[in-house]
Amino acid sequence: MKRKSPSKSPSKAASVSRRVFTAGLGAVGFTAGIAPFNIVRAQGAALKVGVLLPRSGFQAGIGQDCQRGVDIAAGLLKDMGLPNLQIMNADTETNVDVARSRAEKLIGEGAQVLMGAFDSGQSSAIAQVAEQKGIPYVINIAAAPPITEQGYKFVFRNFPTAGMILGGAFTAQKEIFAAVGSAPKTAVFMHVNDTFGTSMAGGIGAVMPKFDMPYKIVETIAYDPAARDLAVEISKAKATGADALVMVSRLNDAILLTREMVKQRWSPMAIMSMGPGWYEDQYLKTLGKLADGPLSFVPWYDPNKPLSKTLEEALAKTNPGVSLNTNHVYTFEALLIAADAYKRAGSADPKALADAIRATNITNNVSPGPGIQFDAKGQNDKLKISGIQNRGGKLLTVAPKEAANAKAEWPLTPYDKRA
Amino acid sequence: MPFDVYLNVAVGGLLTGLVYGLMALGLSVIFGVVRVVNFAHGEMMTIAMYIAIVLFSALHLDPLVMLVPISAVLFCFGYALQAGVINPFITRPEHSQFLLLVAIAIIIINVLLIIFGPDAQSVQTSYSYDSFQIGKLIVDATKLYAAAAALTVAVALYGFFQFTAIGTAIRACADNYTGALVVGLDVKHLYALTFGLGSACVGAAGVMLVLIVDVTPSLGPAYTLLAFVIVITGGLGSMPGALLGGVLIGLTEAMAGLIFTPSAKSMFAFAILVLVLLFRPQGIMGKKAA
Repeated sequence: MKRKSPSKSPSKAASVSRRVFTAGLGAVGFTAGIAPFNIVRAQGAALKVGVLLPRSGFQAGIGQDCQRGVDIAAGLLKDMGLPNLQIMNADTETNVDVARSRAEKLIGEGAQVLMGAFDSGQSSAIAQVAEQKGIPYVINIAAAPPITEQGYKFVFRNFPTAGMILGGAFTAQKEIFAAVGSAPKTAVFMHVNDTFGTSMAGGIGAVMPKFDMPYKIVETIAYDPAARDLAVEISKAKATGADALVMVSRLNDAILLTREMVKQRWSPMAIMSMGPGWYEDQYLKTLGKLADGPLSFVPWYDPNKPLSKTLEEALAKTNPGVSLNTNHVYTFEALLIAADAYKRAGSADPKALADAIRATNITNNVSPGPGIQFDAKGQNDKLKISGIQNRGGKLLTVAPKEAANAKAEWPLTPYDKRA
Repeated sequence: MPFDVYLNVAVGGLLTGLVYGLMALGLSVIFGVVRVVNFAHGEMMTIAMYIAIVLFSALHLDPLVMLVPISAVLFCFGYALQAGVINPFITRPEHSQFLLLVAIAIIIINVLLIIFGPDAQSVQTSYSYDSFQIGKLIVDATKLYAAAAALTVAVALYGFFQFTAIGTAIRACADNYTGALVVGLDVKHLYALTFGLGSACVGAAGVMLVLIVDVTPSLGPAYTLLAFVIVITGGLGSMPGALLGGVLIGLTEAMAGLIFTPSAKSMFAFAILVLVLLFRPQGIMGKKAA
């Protein structure tokens, strides 16, 4: 029979000697004594922000453009007295599944907040991961409405939904039609068939009737965002004989479509874009004079806000010749939201950070509207839409009137009449 | 919809299909002789496209003028790749060859990404935006030049295989590997030569495609897949089959985009592939396995 060792009896092991008690008391006292320093340390440590962008794949150009907004943020946030951010970069490869796995990896590596990812499909995937893991996620650019309709507690979007963009775009279009005294009667609607494009297409049907627009959509043409050749699409659009072309596209397809319009000798009265592509630097540089004329109705920046000027100057320093655009503005603001919330929360605890983001009220910002606030769903529903026009390689704001610095040139100068 | 719209789209699809056909021709030639499926085919084409872009932006050399020199560079690249890397894998299992060529493809994409970055690049020649109008028919000038060049290269390649001693020797290797060894042909050299010729073909296709599409490092895989669809449709190893497959896919994509929806273009191309696999597994012009 085996004997139990008296020294290992439960009663003996559980007993607390006077020496152990004194040491424990000392430890408690020490911990309590340094507690305020722990808070100070939390404030001083940089917040780890996982930045997810499409740095390769067919959206790579736009992802790299968003990165410019990340690059200029550090200095500006410091000047604003906000805490440091430790940026952890990840590439979504313009792929929803990769976006999901990179988000998981970033959280595994210690990211305390996620930011990105330009595209609605990729952002939806990241949102699911963020919610599952309980890590706050600030969307820089993504317009598909369902992302903030899922009842997520950790997902925030400082970017208008498809419905908001369309509503703002129709309002700005009517303002321009009234100002120039002319309006198209028919339009062909072309859109990429990704998450963003199909959301916008669905939104047009729902939102347009409420605005009593002077034109009607005579044909809707959806196309693959990775398409190599858009000749058929333009042939089809041209065959409708529509007065105007209403677009929801990306960058590469915007360039391809313009080339095809020139080659197929089709110049509509107006090109009205409600998405990226047509105002971007690469579009302007690649097409030169052929880039002039399209109107883009997009979430832009308010050139009259002081922080807009600061942002423009910072971008001009780091990227001479690059014009401030949506990608830079909303990426910067997403980081501003994270830094501001971290300062107010005083901790990187995910729940405290999420609560602080929900209570955001930033009035010193860049985007048009009263500032950055979130509704109960985590959506900034107060953002405004601007109408901008490409003219001589520059982007001029033509609507709304209060933020305009030029009058719209109307109609579009036919491509074969340009020098 | 007016008839001229159908005509315009059909002509555009036909011209694009011819360039696709030339690209697929390279893949078919390589497989027909070396029996290795080049999974880095599209990526090799992007190399040619970037060479054309660099030469155009640095020296203003028109891609069509540089067609032969760039094809020659790709020939050397292909020859070296076959002689140095692929030849040892010829007798190994097919999955080893597959992994090797996929690895080469990934390396090419990433090297191009490091050198040129992710932004789409293009060549803007004086005729980039030109088109010819004949009545209601509008023909894209760049597509027309590219298709003409594709036909010329294909005819030249056919002539090489039919009427030269080296071409005949290569065909002998393809027909009977052991027999070729027995009669003293340097099979490894001929394999490398064939891989070089296939690479030159895809190089020529790349030079012409750079006039039509913008290039990014990630462009390759889509074209590799397209080349597979074309050669399987036309018949693996058949030169006329590759051209026919290219034209068929180009036309199908264009007409499906017009009649149904542009989003469904690829779907119809794959539907043709499925039909061919079901009813003529060897491809339209392929030979039945003995």
